[in-house]
Amino acid sequence: MATEENLLEINNLEVGFRFGDEYHNAVDDVSITLKKNEILAIVGESGSGKSTLATAIIGLHDPLNTKVKGEILYKGLDLTKLNEKLYNRIRGNDIGMIFQDPLGSLNPVMTVGKQIEESLIYHTDLKENARQEEVLKLLDQVGIVNPQRTAKQYPHELSGGMRQRVVIAIALANKPPIIIADEPTTALDVTIQAQILDLMNDIQDETNSGIILITHDLGVVAETADRVAVMYAGQIVEEAPVDILFTDPKHPYTRSLLNSIPQELEGEEVAELHVIQGTVPSLQALPRTGDRFKNRIPWMPDEVFDEDPQLAEIAPGHKVRGNSWKHFYFEGEEEK
Amino acid sequence: MSFLELKDLKVHFPIRGGIFNTIQDWVYAVDGVDMIIEEGKTYGLVGESGSGKTTIGKAIIGLEGVTGGQVTYNGVDVTNKARSRRSEYADYNKDIQMIFQDSTSSLNPKKRIKDIIAEPMRNYFNYTNDQEKNEVIRLLEIVGLNEEAIYRYPHEFSGGQRQRLGVARAVASSPKLIIADEPTSALDLSVQAQVLNFMRRIQEEYGLSYLFISHDLSVVKYMADDIAIMHRGRFVERGSKEKIFNNPQHIYTRRLLSAIPQIDPLNREQHKAERRAVEKEYQEQQIHYYSEKGRVYDLQTFDDQHWVALNPNDKIKQSEGGN
Amino acid sequence: MWKTVLRRLLTMIPQIILLSIIVFVVAQNMPGDPFTGMIDPNVDPAQIEALREAAGWNDPVPVQYVRWVGNVLQGDFGRSYAQQVPVTTLIGGRAANSLRLGIVSTFFTYLIALPFGMFAGRFNNSWFDKFVMIYNYISYAIPTFVLALLMVFIFGYRLGWFPTFGSKNVTMTAGTAEYYWDMFYRLLLPGFTGGILGTASTTQTLRSEVIDAKTQDYVRTARSKGVPEGKIYAKHIFRNALLPIASSFGFIFSSLLSGSVFIEQIFAFNGMGDLFITSINGRDYSVVITLTLLYGILAIIGSLISDIALSLADPRIRID
Repeated sequence: MATEENLLEINNLEVGFRFGDEYHNAVDDVSITLKKNEILAIVGESGSGKSTLATAIIGLHDPLNTKVKGEILYKGLDLTKLNEKLYNRIRGNDIGMIFQDPLGSLNPVMTVGKQIEESLIYHTDLKENARQEEVLKLLDQVGIVNPQRTAKQYPHELSGGMRQRVVIAIALANKPPIIIADEPTTALDVTIQAQILDLMNDIQDETNSGIILITHDLGVVAETADRVAVMYAGQIVEEAPVDILFTDPKHPYTRSLLNSIPQELEGEEVAELHVIQGTVPSLQALPRTGDRFKNRIPWMPDEVFDEDPQLAEIAPGHKVRGNSWKHFYFEGEEEK
Repeated sequence: MSFLELKDLKVHFPIRGGIFNTIQDWVYAVDGVDMIIEEGKTYGLVGESGSGKTTIGKAIIGLEGVTGGQVTYNGVDVTNKARSRRSEYADYNKDIQMIFQDSTSSLNPKKRIKDIIAEPMRNYFNYTNDQEKNEVIRLLEIVGLNEEAIYRYPHEFSGGQRQRLGVARAVASSPKLIIADEPTSALDLSVQAQVLNFMRRIQEEYGLSYLFISHDLSVVKYMADDIAIMHRGRFVERGSKEKIFNNPQHIYTRRLLSAIPQIDPLNREQHKAERRAVEKEYQEQQIHYYSEKGRVYDLQTFDDQHWVALNPNDKIKQSEGGN
Repeated sequence: MWKTVLRRLLTMIPQIILLSIIVFVVAQNMPGDPFTGMIDPNVDPAQIEALREAAGWNDPVPVQYVRWVGNVLQGDFGRSYAQQVPVTTLIGGRAANSLRLGIVSTFFTYLIALPFGMFAGRFNNSWFDKFVMIYNYISYAIPTFVLALLMVFIFGYRLGWFPTFGSKNVTMTAGTAEYYWDMFYRLLLPGFTGGILGTASTTQTLRSEVIDAKTQDYVRTARSKGVPEGKIYAKHIFRNALLPIASSFGFIFSSLLSGSVFIEQIFAFNGMGDLFITSINGRDYSVVITLTLLYGILAIIGSLISDIALSLADPRIRID
C-alpha cells in the first residue's frame, strides 16, 4: 500500500431486492473503503451478498426491482445518486469490471477486437485507427502473443485463458482507477488461474489501480489480496489485512470457514472436516435482528450474542462484527 | 484384492468432415490408460479440462464407448458391457456406480426421494416394502438427512443436500466402486466439507472404493490414497499420494502442483517465485517430457508405488529425477 | 463452405429419387383419372379403355415410372390433361405470379414483425408489448379467408384504394412502365394480407429472443463498459436475437413459390396454390407430380439456404 488515499468509500450500503411488495436486503449495512494500489478481497459463500455488492458499485442492478440505500463515494460523487447517463461515463472509464465466465461475458458474434474497441469509443476521442492500435496494445499488455490475429477472432475461437485475458483487456481499456473482478478465475484451470492472478497483480503494479476481488476461494485470497472482508448473509463480519485474517481470525464464521478447508497435515490421521451446521437462510427468512450467524453455532449460549452486532475495530485495520467471537469455541472444544 | 482393471484403455472420438462426411481425424480423449482398482481404496484422477479424466469414468460406467483396450471386472472382460442386461454382467452393473458434479439432473424431479433411492435396490435386490423403506431411511441417515426426507421431492433440497442424495442413491445398490466426478465442485466450502465427510464415512462403513475425479488438488489430496495425473488423455504420473505430492517427477505434475493457491499469505512471494521458476522450466523443458508428436510417454517405474511418464531413451534425465 | 454445399447437393439426389417414387406411386393410386367426369358417360367404355391404353396408363407402374423419369430428364414434364398445355408452361406462368406475391408478402412480414418483435422484447410488459401480443393472437387465429375478405371489403370495396381482382390488367400493353406499375400495385393488397398472416411467429420468436438476450452475460459486460442503452440493443441484443430469424430464411424461401390458396382465390390471383388444388381435384397427374416434386426440391434447397444463412450470421457455426 503505497498511499493511503481512498479511491472508493462505501458507507452503510443496503441493497434490497423486491419480493412482491417487500424489499429484502441482500447487502446490509456494508461500509468499506478501497485504497489506491491495493487488492481488497471480498470473500463469502453463495448467498453472502458479495456479487450483489459488486453489481451495486458499478450500478448494474435492475433498477425496477432493487432498492439501494447508503453511499458509494467516488471522487466526492455519490454513485448511488447518479442517473444512467452519468453512470455510463463512470462505467468502463473509472470502474472496469471482470466477470466470472469469460465465454458468456463476450458477445459471440462480435470479434474480440471490436469488443475491446467498444470500451474506447464511449470514453475517448480517439479516431478509429488510433483505437485499433490501442486495442493491439491492450491485447499485448494482457499477454496475448499475437494481438493482430486475436483481435480478428471470435470468442469461441479462443481458449478459456485467452478469453479471460480479453475480458481483462476490456476492463483495462481506459485505465480505470478501480477494477472489480467478480470470481475472475473460478471457471479456469489452476495453471491458467495462476497466470491470470499474476497478470492482475502485474497490471496493478503498473497502473496503481485499486482492485476489488470478489471470490469464494480462500486460496486465491491468500495468494493475491492485501486486505480481506468476509461477508456472511449480507454483512461484513470481519475485515483484516490478509496475513492477520489467516493467522489470527476472530469471527466465528471466519474461523469455521477456514476450518472446513480440506487440508491434511503431514503424517496425521485424517480428521473429519469441520462442517458449519445448518444452512444460510434465504433472503426472506434471514433474521433482521440479532446475530445472523447465531443459529449456525447453536452450542454457544445465548448471552454471548449481541442484540445488534456492529463492526468494530479491535486492532489497527482489524474489524470484527459483534462480541460473540470473544467467547467462541468449536463444538467439543473446551469452553474458554 | 483388485477387482477392476483397465488395460490400455482407449476412447477415441472421430472428427468428421469432407464431402462424404467421412472420418478425417480422431480426438484421443483417452489414449492408453492402465489402472487397477483395489477394494476399500480411493483413487484420485486429476487433470485440467480436456485431459480426459471424466471420459475414463464415463467409459467405465458405459456412458462412452471404449475404442480400444480392456476393462475387466473380477477377471471377466466387461469392455463396453456396462449397459448390457445379460445376467453375467449384472454384478458389474450393480457394483460400479457414478455420481456427478450436478446431482440435480440425475435425480428425477417427479419422483419422491424414497423412490429415487429405492430404485437401484429394486433393480438388484428383492426387498419387502418394509425392508426397502428401512434401508432408504438408513442410507439417508448415513448422509445426514432425516426420515422426513423420504416423501419429499428433489427440488425441496439445497445443492449440498441433493449431492448427498446422489451419494445415497449411488450407495443403494451396495456397490464396490463409486466413480465421483467433481462431486463437490459446485458446492460452497462448508457444504463441500459435509459431503466429503459423508463420503469418507460411507467408505468406512461399506469398505467401498472411490474413483475421485477432480481438478481440485486439495480435495483430491484430502480424499485419495493413490493419485494419477492426466494430461492429453494419458497418465503423466501415478503413485501414492505421498509420492505425488512430496516427490513429483513429471514437469506437468510439478507445474500443476505449483499452481495450487496456498493458504499461507506470509510466504506468498516465495510461492510465486517458485511457481514462476517451475513455469519457466516447463516452457524450456517440456519437449523432453513429450514425444515428438506431443504424446505423453509410457509410464516407467520410478520408485516403489510411483510411476512417471519419462522418455525411455533419456536415461540421464531419469537418473537426475531419481536424486 | 463449398464442400458442404456440394455434399448437401449430392445427398439431395437420393432424397429426390425417393421423393419422386413416393409422389409417383401416390399419384397412381389416386382414385379416378382426368377422364373421369370429362368424358361423356355414354361413350363406349372400350373407347375410354383405348384412350387409356394409348396414354400408357395400363402399363405396370415401374414401367410408367421409368418412362416418366426418362422424359423428366429431357425436360419434359408431360402435358396437363386438363388444360392441354405443357406442364412447364402452365407452372411457369403461375410460378412468376406466386413468386412476386411471395416476395411482397415476405417484405411486409418483416416490415411488421421486425420492429414489433424488437420493441415488444425490449419493452416487455409495456403497453406496446401487450398490444403486440394481442395483435399476434389475432393474426395467428384469424382464418386466411376471413382476413382476405375483410381486406377486400375495406380497402378494395369501401375505400376503393386497390383493385381487388386479378394479377394484371389485360387491357394494358404488356411491357410499358404503366403496365408494370399496375402489376406492382395489384400485388400490394394481397401481399399485405399474406404479410400480416406471416407475422405472428416471427414477431413471437424475435420477442422471446430479445428478452432472452437481454439477460445474457455479454450484455452485462457491454453495460459495464458504459455503452449507452440504445447502442446495447443495436449492437449486442438485436444482433444476437436475429440469428434464429436468419435460420428461418431458407424456410421462407421454400415457401415463396407455394402460394396461398385462399388469397389467390379471393384476389383472383392465378398462382401456384390455386393450381395445386385445381390439379388435384381434376386428377391432373402430371401437374400434381411436378408440383410435389418442385416443392420437395425447394424444401431441401431451403434447408441448405437456412444453414448457409446461419453460418454467415453466426461465426460459431462454420460449415466447411
